[in-house]
Amino acid sequence: MELMRDLAVQGVQMALVLALAPLLTGFVRKCRAHFQRRQGASVVQPYRDLARLLRKDVVLAENASWLFRAAPYLVFASTWVAAALVPTFAVGLMFSWSADLIAIIALLGSARFFLALAGLDVGTSFGGIGSSREVMIASLAEPAMIMTVFTLALIAGSTQLSTIAETMTFAHVGLRVSLGLALVALILVAVAENGRIPIDNPSTHLELTMVHEAMVLEYSGRHLAMIELAAQLKLLLYFSLTGCVFAPFGLVGPESPPWVYGTAIAAYASKLAIGAPLLALFETTTAKMRVFRVPGFLGAALMLGFLGTLLLFVSRSL
Amino acid sequence: MAISFSGIVALLILSLAAPAIAKWRIASPTIYGAALVISAVLFVNAALRVGSPAADCVLPLGLPWLGAHFHFDSLAAFFLAVTNLGGAVASLYAIGYGRHESAPGRVLPFFPAFLAGMNLVVLTADAFSFLLAWEFMSLSSWGLVVSHHRNSDNVRAGYIYLVMASFGTLCLLLAFGLLAGSDGSYAFDAMHSAHDHTLAALILVLVLLGAGSKAGLVPLHVWLPLAHPAAPSHVSALMSGIMTKIAVYAFIRVVFDLLGPPDWWWGVLLLGIAAATTVLGVLQALMEHDLKRLLAYHTVENIGIIFIGLGLALAFRANGMVFAAALAFTAALLHVLNHSVFKSLLFFGSGAVLSATGERDMERLGGLIHRMPQTAFLFLVGAAAISALPPLNGFVSEWLTFQAVLLSPALPQWGLRLIAPTAGAALALAAALAAACFVKAFGVTFLGRPRTERANTAQETDRFSRSAMIALAAICLLLGILPGLAIDWISPATVEMVHGQMPVQRFLPWQTIIPIAQSRSSYNGLLVFLFIAASACLAAAAIHRFASHRLRRAPAWDCGTPSTTPLTQYTASSFAQPIRRVFGSVVFRARECVHMPAPGNTSAARLEVEMHDIPWEAIYAPLAYGVSFLSERLNALQFLSIRQYLSFVFLALVFLLLVIAIWS
Repeated sequence: MELMRDLAVQGVQMALVLALAPLLTGFVRKCRAHFQRRQGASVVQPYRDLARLLRKDVVLAENASWLFRAAPYLVFASTWVAAALVPTFAVGLMFSWSADLIAIIALLGSARFFLALAGLDVGTSFGGIGSSREVMIASLAEPAMIMTVFTLALIAGSTQLSTIAETMTFAHVGLRVSLGLALVALILVAVAENGRIPIDNPSTHLELTMVHEAMVLEYSGRHLAMIELAAQLKLLLYFSLTGCVFAPFGLVGPESPPWVYGTAIAAYASKLAIGAPLLALFETTTAKMRVFRVPGFLGAALMLGFLGTLLLFVSRSL
Repeated sequence: MAISFSGIVALLILSLAAPAIAKWRIASPTIYGAALVISAVLFVNAALRVGSPAADCVLPLGLPWLGAHFHFDSLAAFFLAVTNLGGAVASLYAIGYGRHESAPGRVLPFFPAFLAGMNLVVLTADAFSFLLAWEFMSLSSWGLVVSHHRNSDNVRAGYIYLVMASFGTLCLLLAFGLLAGSDGSYAFDAMHSAHDHTLAALILVLVLLGAGSKAGLVPLHVWLPLAHPAAPSHVSALMSGIMTKIAVYAFIRVVFDLLGPPDWWWGVLLLGIAAATTVLGVLQALMEHDLKRLLAYHTVENIGIIFIGLGLALAFRANGMVFAAALAFTAALLHVLNHSVFKSLLFFGSGAVLSATGERDMERLGGLIHRMPQTAFLFLVGAAAISALPPLNGFVSEWLTFQAVLLSPALPQWGLRLIAPTAGAALALAAALAAACFVKAFGVTFLGRPRTERANTAQETDRFSRSAMIALAAICLLLGILPGLAIDWISPATVEMVHGQMPVQRFLPWQTIIPIAQSRSSYNGLLVFLFIAASACLAAAAIHRFASHRLRRAPAWDCGTPSTTPLTQYTASSFAQPIRRVFGSVVFRARECVHMPAPGNTSAARLEVEMHDIPWEAIYAPLAYGVSFLSERLNALQFLSIRQYLSFVFLALVFLLLVIAIWS
């Protein structure tokens, strides 16, 4: 019985992230359109886009290798597994012990590794420019993220995301300087990792400014659908991560009665509903940066994360 | 122990027999085949010996009043297993690869001797035999580095290697001299108590110089990227994957075993050097476009990661935190094993590329995934493993190192509390940069369109080379998904060195690894692997059930402006350009300069990049200049008359007598 329920919770979580990811992207786009005084596409437009991509033929470049065809599935699978391990509405997921927060970041790193390789596979200059910039951004964003994890892990005494989320619900954690630094670093990293303004613009194909879109330029049809879905899952993952660590309200534990799950899912949905307009507002009020201003932006994230960790090494109460 | 000795003797006989049969057509398969069998036996013997009680033996060799001492404990068994695993696969690879060798007579005699030398270093237990074996290992590998001596770069590499190896041995010699104390107790058993503890710090520095120069710690790493690529590829794999680990062994043996209880600041010293090594190694690799030199720079990076683990272990041990020390030490040893596996795999892949195309420069390769699909796949596994991507093995040891860093706030000293998170940050930075570097290495070499005709006509490598690479790739995956077994296997060695061990992992459900407690951290490579495989299969199945199946081949889109020449592709240098802009201006004092022709002038614009190898320019170049300046001055002494020489002798005698007179 216990096992069945754990399995069900884990299954619901996996299905939930998959189902919600396009909706979240659509909602962010809708909010952005609203702030820009535009009508904007419907919030379900990403679902329609995915369905349309799935129906279309794949047009494959003549010299594309097996890696190019396998990469979308690997990227999607790694991102989905990572997204399924971040608590959304329930902590103590059945498989949460199989990978801690460091492993989740490394899983996203695997996805990026294969996507960057796929960008180089056809041998076009746009693919190269995208991959090269993507790894430059990642080489700063990933250590910044690890430093943020260090901060959280030192406060919670664990790198296990479920344990961190549970610790954060206790009042004794309180407001801390290091947590504030970690939050800012996490948001900067999340903005960079998801290719949002000011790092990258997800809705542009302006040749010299694109990063993610340049990398996936040669993809079409079902392959592109997989990659788009993976990108949407990644955005959802960062929302869930920020939510479960910095706003751990409404998370249900493993021993809760069944009706609590309904309110927990509602709490999770409301977190997304609050977060998405904030992201859209941030994107509307900032301008896209030059690529070589990005290291300054991410360097700040790295230093904030490092400072947060260092403060905890200096004093457990900061 | 008898098996080990007979194996070493057999390797030496093989090495002596090699010149006699080198002219035969089957000489190289015979020698490498025999080396494979011997190494495999030695590997099994050593792997099973980990955890058995230590064995000692004294042979009447070497110094008459000392004899040759040998000691076979779990630490030695672990390093012997790593050595002989590397030796066995390198021999298997060389059965095929050796056919491309233009001068087998220059490689065959040294190869078994090199293997025997590395085995001997680990087994010896007195200073004299240790240094003898150490020099034997250095010289036999030097012979392999200069085997293609017609190439002037190789000769230069061999010269620098020889100088650095002599320097390293000198430092170890002095260190053992201090360890032996005034009574001259040169056997390791006697050394535990013989030395003066006030000199321990000096001994540590000497060992750090001696073993560090062989392992490649910054700033003693300059010879690695020259010498490792100069040797034939299977030897490069041995030098980079295995010989650097022998240096790690020497460091562990002296500092953890012989030197006695550590001071806390040793950890600070070690962590500082290790953090610098890690970051500088990977950044230099990123700037490199010679495939084998890139791999050699990554060895520098990984040695840094191993030393971060060792530094933490030393710091924890100095504060009596046995359990944390065991965790950090296990992480370091596991990374020793992992790095030896994936670095060998990558060097074998680069050797396959080299023999198929005759090129080491990535900027003249490309598109090899079509021509050499199996090599490409196996190289990709190695690249993913060294980039610390789950579920492969590189991730596990870096994850354990992170867990050890997270225990360091409990350390009482301020110095350690500041340096430990810095080392953690360096490790995180290096992991991300390593992934970037291997996207570059794999992408430019194997993906894209071929840049030269030779890359376009490459052939898949032979089946011996492939089977060696398949074996290593399988080990990468196995160590990644079943790390608990490896941790348990290592634990007797950690008990010997830090008197503690990690909890037994073998019986945990689903082969999870839990370094401290379930609530604190756990990782399960097996499940992560199964999840990724299952979700990828599920996605593929769903796509093939519901989505369009059709697929058309068409010219590349490239925003509507596809280029006809493969030279418009990104090269290794252009791929690394953004990272060079971020880090290069500080680390390499890199300057970019664009020369634009005057308006109206139609000649091409030029981009010049100026980079500096700072350790070389700041330390080695002035040193070399000083030595040559001094030797030119002293050169005049060679052309004196006999009377002048005799008066010098007389003056020296008077001087020495004066010294004695003043002394007493």
